[in-house]
Amino acid sequence: MSDSATETERPTWPEKFLLGWLEDVGEVFLLLGDTLRGIPAALARPKLVIAQMAHIGVGSMPLTVIVALFTGAVAAVQASYQFRDYVPMLYLGTVIGKSVLIELGPVLTALVVGGRVGASIAAELGTMRVTEQVDAMETMGISPVRFLVVPRFLAAITMLPALTIFADVVAILGGFLVATLTLDVPAHTFVSGLKLYFKTQDVISGLIKAFFFGGIIAMMGCYYGLKSEGGAEGVGIATTQAVVASCLLILIVDYILASFLFRVIFA
Amino acid sequence: MPDTAIDFRGLKKRLGRKEVLRGLDLEVRRGECLVIVGRSGTGKSVLLKHVVGLMRPDEGEVRVNGVEVETLAEKDLLELRRSMGMLFQGGALFDSMSVGENVGLPLREHTSMPEPQVEIVVGEKLSLVGLEGTEEMRTSSLSGGMKKRAALARSLVLNPKIMLYDEPTTGLDPITSDLINRLIKRLQRRLGMTSIAVTHDMRSAYHIGDRIAMLHEGRIHAMGTPEEIQATTDPAVRQFIEGSAEGPLLPT
Repeated sequence: MSDSATETERPTWPEKFLLGWLEDVGEVFLLLGDTLRGIPAALARPKLVIAQMAHIGVGSMPLTVIVALFTGAVAAVQASYQFRDYVPMLYLGTVIGKSVLIELGPVLTALVVGGRVGASIAAELGTMRVTEQVDAMETMGISPVRFLVVPRFLAAITMLPALTIFADVVAILGGFLVATLTLDVPAHTFVSGLKLYFKTQDVISGLIKAFFFGGIIAMMGCYYGLKSEGGAEGVGIATTQAVVASCLLILIVDYILASFLFRVIFA
Repeated sequence: MPDTAIDFRGLKKRLGRKEVLRGLDLEVRRGECLVIVGRSGTGKSVLLKHVVGLMRPDEGEVRVNGVEVETLAEKDLLELRRSMGMLFQGGALFDSMSVGENVGLPLREHTSMPEPQVEIVVGEKLSLVGLEGTEEMRTSSLSGGMKKRAALARSLVLNPKIMLYDEPTTGLDPITSDLINRLIKRLQRRLGMTSIAVTHDMRSAYHIGDRIAMLHEGRIHAMGTPEEIQATTDPAVRQFIEGSAEGPLLPT
């Protein structure tokens, strides 16, 4: 065998990167397929799902509320600065309401929950993988997908929309408080603006996004967690990968959903 | 039922660049406790993982009760796994659950046994391994030996026909090691299971093994009863059982 033949067989680093990426995408979709197939069995024993809902939903409430409160407050300050001398303050409520319901509520909630929950899922499942707990589960004839992935997936796709509703309300409240207490916007002006161009589809589109973001956070956490190897360092890498992949996918899917929802469905 | 419970034929497995198993042949007789010894990194745990289908061979086959594990559909593989128990090196207890929840999990998942009866069986299995009354304890508060024993109780809860032990005494003090060895021996006698134990603890191997096989360079290098192994003149086996740095086995 000549050296040149061996050279041609060895993939170059862009090929390796592409192959690795394609492998990840394929494996994530296979895991998603297994997860969807495992939903009926998991629903028959809802205890695990409820426990995850408490962890993902209730556990993320304080962080979500604080982030939403300040997001609304900052939105009010920024919008009033840009409106000054050009746009009537009546539209302050309108712009805060629209931006929170359509974009800021679902996306910022998903990003902070993605950091908190995605990391915790990846670290927990990664530790279970490297300490052979996942192997033990399989050896007992218990499917790790049904036992570990499905409850987290179901909890995330239901809790993200729920958290988004809270975030929407709190962010608008934050905007209202800043507008009325520090920007001299009368309460009835802010509320009138909020109602002016309100459409139910704005809320629905935000909740549809949150549903998909929940799925992304759970799938990335579970995928990278179950894939981890090599002890503490491997778990650390898996956790980082899960959070980075969640955040990137949330932003990419946000664009895709925005295009689909506002150009096709609600056009 | 054939006399051979587990049969490895021409098993090859590569992990990364390293060829761990290189055409391994081995038969495990029904009802015996076969101990596989060998240095760290020789593929002993890899061998066990092939029996439960956690790893698939690159070449060759593993047959359990005459059925090739690799060809089993997911459902049949899960069924096969339920008839086996495996004790992992670190215990692999689920740290999100109490000891009782760990031991009872296979019963709650695979049987329709009512909860009071599950609790009775869990109590029985825990007392079998000398851990009565620990049901409510968190796994993080157990010592290394207790973790191994709780994990053993969990792997026995479905009354397996085949038991696999991965380094059952590694990391334990000599007294706890002896306790685990006696426990394995007692279970073997009482329940008549087919067992494979992998270890590099020769004291444990002599104690629990009906036969001892030495894994070296991806194949079974030597095989015999504990007495035959102790009396062997094979230089590699002698070096291993005497724990000497000098001999044909090079440092890894």
